[in-house]
Amino acid sequence: MASSTTFSTFEPWKDPAEKPYVCIDRVTKKFGDFVAVNDISLDIYRKELFCLLGASGCGKSTLLRMLAGFEEASSGRILIDGMDMAEIPPYERPVNMMFQSYALFPHMNVSQNVSFGLKQEKLTGQVIKTRVEEMLELVKLTQFAKRKPHQLSGGQRQRVALARSLIKRPKLLLLDEPLAALDKKLREHTQFELMNIQEQLGVTFIVVTHDQQEAMTLATRIGVMEEGYIAQVGTPTEIYEFPGSRFVADFIGSVNSFEGRITVDEPDHVIIRMLDQDVDIFVDHGVSASPNARVWAAIRPEKIHISRTDPGQARNVIRGKVKEIAYMGDFSIYLVELAGGRTVRVTQPNLRRGDPERITWDEQVFLHWLPSSIVVLTE
Amino acid sequence: MTTRGIPAVTGRIIRQAESLLKRAGLEGLAIWLARRVRRVRHLGRNLVIAIPYAWLLAFFLIPFVIVLKIALSDAAIAQPPYTPLWEWVGDQYLNIKVNLGNFMFLVEDNLYWKSYLNSVKVALVSTVACLLIGYPMAYGIARAKSAYRTILLMLVILPFWTSFLIRVYAWIGILKNNGLLNNFLMWLGVIDSPIVMLQTDFAVYLGIVYSYLPFMILPLYANLEKLDETLLEAAYDLGCKPARTFLTVTLPLSVPGIIAGSMLVFIPAVGEFVIPALLGAPDTLMIGRILWDEFFGNRDWPVASAVAIALLLLLVIPIVILQHNQARNSEANS
Ligand SMILES: Nc1ncnc2c1ncn2[C@@H]1O[C@H](COP(=O)(O)OP(=O)(O)OP(=O)(O)O)[C@@H](O)[C@H]1O
Ligand SMILES: [Mg+2]
Repeated sequence: MASSTTFSTFEPWKDPAEKPYVCIDRVTKKFGDFVAVNDISLDIYRKELFCLLGASGCGKSTLLRMLAGFEEASSGRILIDGMDMAEIPPYERPVNMMFQSYALFPHMNVSQNVSFGLKQEKLTGQVIKTRVEEMLELVKLTQFAKRKPHQLSGGQRQRVALARSLIKRPKLLLLDEPLAALDKKLREHTQFELMNIQEQLGVTFIVVTHDQQEAMTLATRIGVMEEGYIAQVGTPTEIYEFPGSRFVADFIGSVNSFEGRITVDEPDHVIIRMLDQDVDIFVDHGVSASPNARVWAAIRPEKIHISRTDPGQARNVIRGKVKEIAYMGDFSIYLVELAGGRTVRVTQPNLRRGDPERITWDEQVFLHWLPSSIVVLTE
Repeated sequence: MTTRGIPAVTGRIIRQAESLLKRAGLEGLAIWLARRVRRVRHLGRNLVIAIPYAWLLAFFLIPFVIVLKIALSDAAIAQPPYTPLWEWVGDQYLNIKVNLGNFMFLVEDNLYWKSYLNSVKVALVSTVACLLIGYPMAYGIARAKSAYRTILLMLVILPFWTSFLIRVYAWIGILKNNGLLNNFLMWLGVIDSPIVMLQTDFAVYLGIVYSYLPFMILPLYANLEKLDETLLEAAYDLGCKPARTFLTVTLPLSVPGIIAGSMLVFIPAVGEFVIPALLGAPDTLMIGRILWDEFFGNRDWPVASAVAIALLLLLVIPIVILQHNQARNSEANS
């Protein structure tokens, strides 16, 4: 993750003196009886690249549309740069949006579409021309400048939409699934360019995406949405390593969660008794749960080790049988069946080529993990 | 069953029949059957295309040729009132007499020129007026809540439930000197003596605009209703104010609707006879009236036919423009 190093010192949300650039304050949006956005509060800081993740229909686009001014919040306030946006029409907001449906003007060709925003400003023709050329260069569409949108492929249209929203260099850019239709290579190229643009122009981005990998690499912070409200906000590392709920743990990456009861509850460690296995889980940090409470011990597949021999530890070890192996190139996925029938997902890097010692189907194996790898979730 | 389903089913039956025949050792018969069926299917497709052509031939081309024939003959006091175009003389000479004089007459007598130009002027002005009135109405209906939309559309179509003629007569009652409008204005005290409105150009324009407004609104509505609202949002988002958005996005995208509506108003308005006859002054020069006068007043069928042919040519040009435009549009939207 190259980007996380770039942003490692960029944590304005931890600085109490920093003012948020976008302040979403208890915003709710109802369509009739249906609550699409439910009491969301979010602070987003200047130069952030904030990713919104969430299942289809959870209200991501609705939230962006309220920021752009196309939907009116049923209650709550939206402030951009300290200014209440309630009375400000979309054409006066310092915001540009890339639409999920692209919304390209069908009667204009690519360069007319891209230059549309600049033509609304008082710029000379020459300036507009050079900036359009630059932008088309950036999204690699120079040779299609004279085509109409219906003569383009889906990915090309998406790039036109992206170029059209970027060209005005707004303070706040809202991108609704900007890269979904691009192939892997072009997507990586465009991600890189987005980060470049951000560094050059200091734009604040809010990006909706379905691609976790993309969110992980691009985002300074991620907001995970669930049915209209924000389940968790945090850096990619926080979201991945310290998910706040089973929903978040499940939504980002894959996870094995074991239901259990806390049997020993100390400030510096807890022991959880698995409900359906004869196994104790030792966790090396304290947990804020009531004693004897029902909890879930969540562990990521890559944090489980798999071996033929008994690791010789009393806790944090389970026996099982390999049911399925999926070779993914750089790593393999093992589905291991435990006593009682449930399966655990384990991933292991393929360190050696054609490893003769490799674990194969139907072998009896031991699964074990470090006490720090467990996340204890109460909901 | 869909329309594609029927050939599919017949195809299946035929294929089964073929394989049955083949199995029975009747190879030749099977091939013959297949060929027959293919030919019949071909015939069916041609038949479907032929029906509209036959219609056009019977009800457009043949009458047109008859009218053209009359236009090329001489007027005569006879029954029918024109000379025949060809005659056998002494059983061996075919005597063809083509009279181009009627068309020359149209060019020479400036009455016809003037009435043509006046018809075009009246039609153009009415079309523009219909557009200016109809566009906001169509836009309003297209942007209304879907529950109201049907009602509003019904209101646009409602006048068609009364005869066109009766509606034009009704305007006489409204516009005449002691009619509804004048009485109302005098009651209000705006005017002391009635304004002459009936038998003026104003009344003709009013009548045409009133009668043809739905033909403008309906195609415009059909077009504006399809307009993707996110395009307007995209324009606003890029800093375009509503008025400018209308000019740069909505208006260009509604050009096909504007053209269709304008044609539907312009073409019948050029040849309009009833409205100028009932609402216009007796000396209103419109080609539809001239045509009527030539036929029934002067009983000069050849000249009247020549007028009709010229009128037709005058109308064909905008239709060709319309078709050209539609072809270009469907190409652009494909
Ligand atoms: N104009 C509207 N009227 C009624 N319901 C709406 C309207 N717009 C959106 N919704 C509903 O609000 C919910 C959230 O929609 P939204 O478009 O924000 O989803 P999303 O998170 O962007 O989903 P996706 O990832 O599929 O784009 C959906 O259930 C949708 O059906
Ligand atoms: Mg969406």
